Order: sequence, then structure tokens, then C-alpha cells
Amino acid sequence: MKSKITPSVAGPLFKRIGQSVRRGSNRAGTSGDPGKYLPKTMLFHFRPRRVPEEAVRFTHTWGLGGMAFVLIMLLFGTGLLLKLVYKPFPDMAYDSILMIQHEIRFGLWVRNVHHWSANILVIILFLHMQRVFFTGGFHHPRQFNWVIGMVLFLLILASNFTGYLLPWDQLAYWAITISTGMLDYVPFLGGWLQAVIRGGTEIGPASLLLFFAVHTAVLPAGICMVGLFHFWRVRKAGGVVVPLVPDEEEAERRRTPVFPDLLLRELVVALVVVAFVLIFSALINAPLDMKANPGLSPNPAKAPWFFIGLQELLLHVHPVFSVLVIPVLLSGGLLLVPYINYASNRGGIWFYSENGRRMGIYAVAAAVLFTAAGILGDAFFFDFTTALPMLPPVVGSGLLPVIIFTGAAAVFLMALKRRFSADSNEAVQSLYIFLMVMYVVLTITCLWFRGTDMALAWPWGK
Amino acid sequence: MFKKKNQMKTREAASLTPRRRFLNMLWWLLGGLALAELIGLVIAFIKPGKAMQPLEGYGGLITCGQAADFPAGTVTAFQRGHFYLSRLENGGFLALSRKCTHLGCTVIWDEEKSRFECPCHASAFNLMGDVISKPAPRALDYYAVNIENSVVTVDTGKKMKRQRFSADQVTAI
Repeated sequence: MKSKITPSVAGPLFKRIGQSVRRGSNRAGTSGDPGKYLPKTMLFHFRPRRVPEEAVRFTHTWGLGGMAFVLIMLLFGTGLLLKLVYKPFPDMAYDSILMIQHEIRFGLWVRNVHHWSANILVIILFLHMQRVFFTGGFHHPRQFNWVIGMVLFLLILASNFTGYLLPWDQLAYWAITISTGMLDYVPFLGGWLQAVIRGGTEIGPASLLLFFAVHTAVLPAGICMVGLFHFWRVRKAGGVVVPLVPDEEEAERRRTPVFPDLLLRELVVALVVVAFVLIFSALINAPLDMKANPGLSPNPAKAPWFFIGLQELLLHVHPVFSVLVIPVLLSGGLLLVPYINYASNRGGIWFYSENGRRMGIYAVAAAVLFTAAGILGDAFFFDFTTALPMLPPVVGSGLLPVIIFTGAAAVFLMALKRRFSADSNEAVQSLYIFLMVMYVVLTITCLWFRGTDMALAWPWGK
Repeated sequence: MFKKKNQMKTREAASLTPRRRFLNMLWWLLGGLALAELIGLVIAFIKPGKAMQPLEGYGGLITCGQAADFPAGTVTAFQRGHFYLSRLENGGFLALSRKCTHLGCTVIWDEEKSRFECPCHASAFNLMGDVISKPAPRALDYYAVNIENSVVTVDTGKKMKRQRFSADQVTAI
């Protein structure tokens, strides 16, 4: 082994320095063969030398994880620039944003890139989660990486949320007021939690400073650490999920070198994402409302869009259910997805089976119908909050509608399962689709179909 | 293989002398103590409490003026103290928080309709702060009112929650 390494390198100073930087490059027999050279460098340590051919097909993963990584890098870069000029104090924050936009060359553009990357990132991560779920990427040995991914998603959501307050405009101030206001409804802990997050009873200087510190130090550090953990587990699981083959065929699986086949594709995806975000940000400005005025609430006031589904839920169901029971059950369920007893842990195939695919279409249709019916029914036909005054509110407007809705959904899903004589994988997948589509419908309703006084309205109306 | 390892572990644990076991436990205790101290330190910094509260303005004692200056059945806004001073028909005073109990927006006193309205989600409250229109779940919070030598002061340091209005919340002259 030792004899293969050239003991000392002679030559000009720059050449010697260059060679010392590229460790391993002076190993005999490796020069000129990137396939052998790459795994030896730190940067490409995350990758095996060869990967199964299916893994590099674009439509297998849609490059979503890579896109998320690129967006996070864009966010770190632009975030650092913004941090150099932003002032996290209520009387200066808004003015420093104006200064960034008007006085600093490309300041507006940099803020736009930061804003749009952050928003696109949430969408990309949501899609990435769907990709992993629908290709069965959460089965053994990737079970825990699903949980790590959920933690990452949570950290990114927290980043978006804390970043939302920083411009200190009306939009920011009231969106954060409203979403932290929801905590008031959490029994026992809610008030304390709210006081900690706000740094007092109201959104003020303490909140802004806390949000700034968390947004620019705590969360980025957390994302780096958990993100590396996530990548490492992907590598340890042997890359992205691909269809299993019998053990004796595993050796004969067609494999392709990571360089150039995978890396070039990733580079193309990265360049396309960067180009898209840069151009989009040059064309469309990030929103900036009037300076925050704690004495003047806008009508209507909405939470940040990624939490707005909860606000919609709050309009229909008793707060204990809409801000505590339902979110806790749903996120708990999401964490437990890999740990359900499945009939098969076959991964790598979109939607598991032809049966699963067809059931999924029914589940999407049912979720849209049920949710829309629930929202419209509550608005026009039967208002649970006022219709049953003899019952305590927790039961009348909480337990009762929740039981009716989940009962209807459960009956439908049972019927679907029997009709297709589905196995547990297909049944869980249908339930998952139902819940995901439900949240998307709630989000869209509150985002685009709620106007003055939070009444239902058309998005193209006044 | 794992089983064997475990067996070895338990045998090792059993063979530890009581002193060694005691010292190991002490390490864990010390570690836990250090962690608790760290958490306490962090909490002290993110929740400075009174130290950050201003003595004047919101969070402190606000002097509103002579009691006679507030006619019965009127509402006066005190921007500085984030509250409305409501003088009831019977002459009693009530200092109402301007924060809507639904999600915390700032309510506005509508003189004509003689009610507080929340612009965010259309809740409404009457002169006493009771809910007259949903979605607000309970009456507006209130602050302690003090009248001394017919000068009205409000302590905004402590907000009081309530389900609905009752006569004992009112301060009479």
C-alpha cells in the first residue's frame, strides 16, 4: 500500500501546493480516471461509484431532493447578504428593508431571490415528501430517514415562519399575530408557549429579536446538521429507492457510473432551478405592505400560506380540535408512516401497484368532494357553532362534526378497500392521499376563496 | 450475535462493584444537572420577563384623567396602553384590552353601532366587552381600574381573562 504513494513530490511550488490540496490525486494508477478518483475526494464521498440504472432516470425522483438542496444553498447565500444590512428592531426593520430595495444595487433582486426560494422550497419539499411516499421510499432500511425528513421539513417551515415576521410590514405583523394567536386555544400549555414565542404578550421588539436570532442562527445550524444526517442515511441505504430484485440477480443489476451519468443530470437540474429562481425574482417582486401598525388590523388577516389550512379548519371546528387534536394526530400519523405493518415493503414503483393507482384517483376525488361539501355545508346549510346550543361547544362544534366527517371518510375508504380487495399498502396509501388532498383543499380555500370578514368569495371578485 | 453481546453487557453490569455503579450513576446525575442548568440559562434569556417591560406605557401604570371627563356610555381609546376605557351606563369603569379574543387582532370601537368590531374576522363586542358576534369565543380581556381622588388609572401589567361580563369586574367611583 505504502509503496503506491509517491514519497515526496518535487517540482515548482504552485504545483506542489496544488497537489497537496488534491489529496489522493498523487496515488498511482488513479490519475485520469474520474470514476476511481471521485470517491476519494470529500465532496463526492456522499456518492457511491456506481448506482443502479433506474436511480438516475429523472422521472424516478424528479430531482426534488436535489432541487431542495439547491434552494437551501440559494437561501444561505442571499440570507447572508441580507443579514449584513437588515436591522432587527421594530423602528428600523421596515426602513432597512426599504433601504435594501431602493439603495443597494441588486438589493431588491436579492430579497426577491430569498423570498421566492423560501416559498418554492416549501412546495418542493412537499412534493419530495409525496415522491418518497408514493415510491415506497419509507420502507426498511429507510424508515428512520423518513422521520429525519419530517424533522427537516419542520425546520424549514419554522424558517419560513420566523422569516415571515422580519420585513415588519402589515402582512408580516398580522400573519404572525394570528398564527401565534392560535396557540391561545391549546389548553394548559398554549398561553405559556405563546408568551415564549412572542417574547411577551404581544408581537413586539422582543419577538422580532427572537425571530431574527432563530431565523439566522438556530435554524440554519439545525438544517445543516439534520440535512447532513439525512444525506448520510440516503447513502447508507444504498441511494434512492429502486425496485428490489432477488438476491441472486442483485449482482447483475445494470449499474451506471455516478460520474458523469448522475452528477451531470444533477448539475443540469441545479442550473435549471437557479436560472428559474433568478429570472422569476427579476420579474416578480416579493410582497411588501405598509409598515406594521399594531393599532390597525387589516381585513381579512390571514396566516402565512403554509399554515393557512389550519386557519380554515379553525373556522369550522372547535379550536381544541382544529389547533390541537387534528394537527397532533395528523403529524403523529405522518411520523409513524414507516412503522405501520405493511403487507409488503416493496419500494421503487410509483403508487405501489396498478390497483393502488386506481384507488388513489378515487381517494383524490373523494377528498375534494368531502372537504368542499364540509366547507360549503358549514357555510350555507348547517352551522355547528350555533346550531346546538344545548351541547358544550367542545362537543357541539368539535367532537360531533369531526366524528361525522371522519365517519363518512372511514366508510368511504372501507368501501374502497373492499371494492378493490386492497392489501394494507394500498389502503394506507389511499388514506394518505385522502388526508393530503384534504389539507391542500383547505389551504386553497382559505388562500384564494376567502375575502372580507373571511367570508367565502371568488378570487377574482373585489 | 447481538444477543451474545447483550448477555455480555448484562454480565458486565452485574459484576460492577457497588462503588463503580454508584459513581456511574453520579456521572449521569451530574450530566442531567448540567443540562438542566443550560436549559434554565436559555429560558432566562428568551423570557426576560419584567426586565424588558417598560415602566411607562403599555405594561405599566397608565393615568387616564379625571373620572368626570368620561361621560356614561362612552368609550375612550388609549393607544399608549393598548386598551379602551369603557364607561358604562351606571357610571362604572371597565378597561378593555383591544385584542380580539379570537386570534389577537386589534378591535375598533364603532361609535354609530356602539360596539367593538374586529376587522380581521368580523367578531363584535358590546360596551362591556361581551361577544355579540362570533367567531370570538369569549369576552374581551380587561385590566384593573383604580380610582383615587377621582383620578382614573389603569394597570396594564396584568391582563385578566374572563368568559363573560359580570358586575364585579367594574370599578365604581
